[in-house]
Amino acid sequence: MTTQVTTGLKVRKSVDLTIDGQAVTALEGATLLEVCRANGKEIPTLCYGDTITPKNACRVCMVELEGSRTLVPSCSRKVEPGMNVKTDTERTRHSRRLVLELLGSSVDLSLTKNVDKWNDNYGANPSRFGAPSFHHDDRDDAVTGHHHQPDGKTAETVHQPVKIDNALYVRDYSKCILCYQCVDACGEQWQNTFAIATAGRGFDARISTEFAVDLTDSACVYCGNCIQVCPTGALMFTSEFEMREAGTWRENDQTQTDTICPFCGVGCSLTLHVQDNEIVKVTSPSDHSVTHGNLCIKGRFGFQHVQNTKPTD
Amino acid sequence: MDLKIASASASAEERDAVDSLLGAAPETFQGGDRNLEGLRVARGGESLRQLRHLLLPTLHQVNDRVGHISRGAINYISQRLDVAPAEIYGVATFYALFDTKERPATQVHVCVDLACRAMSGCKENDLPDGAVASPCLGACERAPAVLVIETGVNVRSELLAPASRQQISQLVAGKHAPDEQPISHGAPQTPNRDLVLLSRIGVVDPRSIDDYIANNGFAALKKALKIGPEQVLTEVTNSGLVGRGGAAFPTGRKWAAVAAQPVKTRYLICNADESEPGTFKDRVLLEGDPFALVESMVIAAFATQCHHGYIYLRGEYPRAMRNITNAVEISRQKNFLGSNILGSGFDFDITIFKGAGAYICGEETAIFNSIEGYRGEPRNKPPFPVEVGLFGKPTVVNNVETLFNILPIINDSGEKYSAWGSTGSKGKKLFCVSGAVEKPGVYEVTFGATLRDLIHLAGGVKRGSKLQAVLLGGAAGGYVGPDELDLELTLEAARQAGTTLGSGVIMVLDESVDMVDQLQRIAAFFRDESCGQCVPCRVGTVRQQEALARLVESSGTDRAKIDLQLLRDLGQVMRDASICGLGQTAHNAIDSALTRLKVFST
Repeated sequence: MTTQVTTGLKVRKSVDLTIDGQAVTALEGATLLEVCRANGKEIPTLCYGDTITPKNACRVCMVELEGSRTLVPSCSRKVEPGMNVKTDTERTRHSRRLVLELLGSSVDLSLTKNVDKWNDNYGANPSRFGAPSFHHDDRDDAVTGHHHQPDGKTAETVHQPVKIDNALYVRDYSKCILCYQCVDACGEQWQNTFAIATAGRGFDARISTEFAVDLTDSACVYCGNCIQVCPTGALMFTSEFEMREAGTWRENDQTQTDTICPFCGVGCSLTLHVQDNEIVKVTSPSDHSVTHGNLCIKGRFGFQHVQNTKPTD
Repeated sequence: MDLKIASASASAEERDAVDSLLGAAPETFQGGDRNLEGLRVARGGESLRQLRHLLLPTLHQVNDRVGHISRGAINYISQRLDVAPAEIYGVATFYALFDTKERPATQVHVCVDLACRAMSGCKENDLPDGAVASPCLGACERAPAVLVIETGVNVRSELLAPASRQQISQLVAGKHAPDEQPISHGAPQTPNRDLVLLSRIGVVDPRSIDDYIANNGFAALKKALKIGPEQVLTEVTNSGLVGRGGAAFPTGRKWAAVAAQPVKTRYLICNADESEPGTFKDRVLLEGDPFALVESMVIAAFATQCHHGYIYLRGEYPRAMRNITNAVEISRQKNFLGSNILGSGFDFDITIFKGAGAYICGEETAIFNSIEGYRGEPRNKPPFPVEVGLFGKPTVVNNVETLFNILPIINDSGEKYSAWGSTGSKGKKLFCVSGAVEKPGVYEVTFGATLRDLIHLAGGVKRGSKLQAVLLGGAAGGYVGPDELDLELTLEAARQAGTTLGSGVIMVLDESVDMVDQLQRIAAFFRDESCGQCVPCRVGTVRQQEALARLVESSGTDRAKIDLQLLRDLGQVMRDASICGLGQTAHNAIDSALTRLKVFST
């Protein structure tokens, strides 16, 4: 049976499909992930963010679709009538386990949410590829189409020194899973600044400014929208980074207070993260219909005056 | 766009190289002379951004002129095309033929891939000083091969094979590269007018349209224009022709899908980014019979009503580039291309697009991104190219060999063509036979010939050699053992035997070849060529290579069992969860070596 639902001015048809043997109705244009989650299916996601068009790069959300030779990414595959989808099969579990192992063995996922839970859930053991190798710190100089020969012992990682080149935020690409969200937020999907892009190829692919110049020499406008979308803590407020280094970052003791940015008339929503009565970072609600989590440099970083302390230089 | 350009500025040479393609910079904001009027007005916006498809050609211009792509050059290109420097850097570092660091004016790329290393070519770690390792250069029949690019105002590149170590060292030292050998080297069956796809190879002068016309050239086009697009489509559908690039998709179905699109702006792309290790058929066709490609493209465009086409040719084929460029230009002059072709009212033209060293750009959606001036990363499917392809429009992507088959289909009929071959594989097929045979080269056969027939055609296994294995279909294909020579080389028989014909590679390996070394090369190849977009392929290809490196040491021990299981696990996730065919097939050959040839088993 086909029914029509009117949302605003758009008429969206409903689509009937089957998920794990259960008949399900979804709205046309919905993704499999949305439908699965709405129906109580637990599907892990890593590169997926709610304000950016899915790049379906991490491949942890794969589900089995009848008639498809390969698994399909639920985050970006749209529902079609008659689809028969399975979310929890040997193949999907295998893919999720391997993706967690591949990322876990090459990237620092210590600040990525839910990873421990999923590793348990899927029996992932990232250490089975050998001890992580930290000897190649020259990722910005990688030569396309060439690589370091494996030593037959260690597992190569994306480890490299933290980039600290400005007072507002740091870039720790050892934690980068290449979800492309920062690039899309900086570029055509939100900010239209294009200060960063993906450079290099294959395992040497990395997020970079042109010629890996410091952010201060790049087109960066310090809106921090890349920090907002980063799912792994690779991009981080300097305030948070320094507190973590000093061991004083206590997320559980922090409060979050929503307020309106005082700087201009747009009135963006801010969420102030406060620890010990000090603002330690600022985010913006991603479901806000105007800002979608985006701010400018003032809303994102201009909070020192609230605390009336001397800004760091 | 609000570009932020750092202080580095392009040299006069770099500017000249860019301007040679884009014209002189028109105004201040596009990098032109500073003047008061120019500073007050910024033109550009949408119209300027629509030039992004010129990015890769512009990078080629700079690289050809000065040998690398500097910060200043990127800044200038950024102003000219209104693309941010970070994005241009991202594109430039995607391609192996470009370098963003200064390097010598002459670049010597030495093939270290499967066929060349099997024929005592160089390996990554024993290259002469100054030479650079390259993946397969597609000159496997004359292995080992080397590509020389002498940059400068009169840029010159030559694909030389066979090349000795001494010759490579001389080239690095600055010795001028000699011209390439004649084309007939690539196809030992030629000259032979009875052949269907190779009938003109070694017969006609590939640079002469008169010669082409005198040898039945453009007859199929004239017939096609007479019978109309629907009838052409019917003939192609009836022929049973399937794509020859490796995926074997029915050509008629692809064409019909595009022809049925409501959108009228459509594109035709000839995929000549032939980079599968061991494959060189498209090179031989393009070098020896380039007008035939122009003719078949016009017919394909006519059937699908496309008005613009691209030939995406890999950057490592200099002579193919010269010959097809010449063929397109002359065909345009003679009205076989352009508007109102031969008075039919049909308009169609071709742009030749040069790749820059990226196997992945042969993937049908990566090719779109590459042409559009983005990193050559494959797109997610659906939507499929027949609906949303190049510049978001319906697009037909056909391999060179596939298009060559159109001529006999139209000259005779689809029905007659489908009489050739087996039940499931129709027509003529080219195979690239390389390695330890007497006469390596491209061979044309009717579908149904066995592997033994092909090796026999190529003069048999080299005298004094004992057959160890045959690689079918390239690095993305699979190995078969010496006991499987009776395998019928049809799509259905290959499928049934659990292997693939892929792009038609038949690489014959004798007992002198170190199979473990071959497998390690395959693993290295996929690692180098992965675009890096999805996790299974980006990290999986690295872990696969590492597991093989461990197996060299641990073969026969308990650790080996763990690593073999690990390889199987990696193979499955790459096959199941990679975005495109590269990752999906990156374990195939290794898997076949482990299971069919029992490499690493004790």
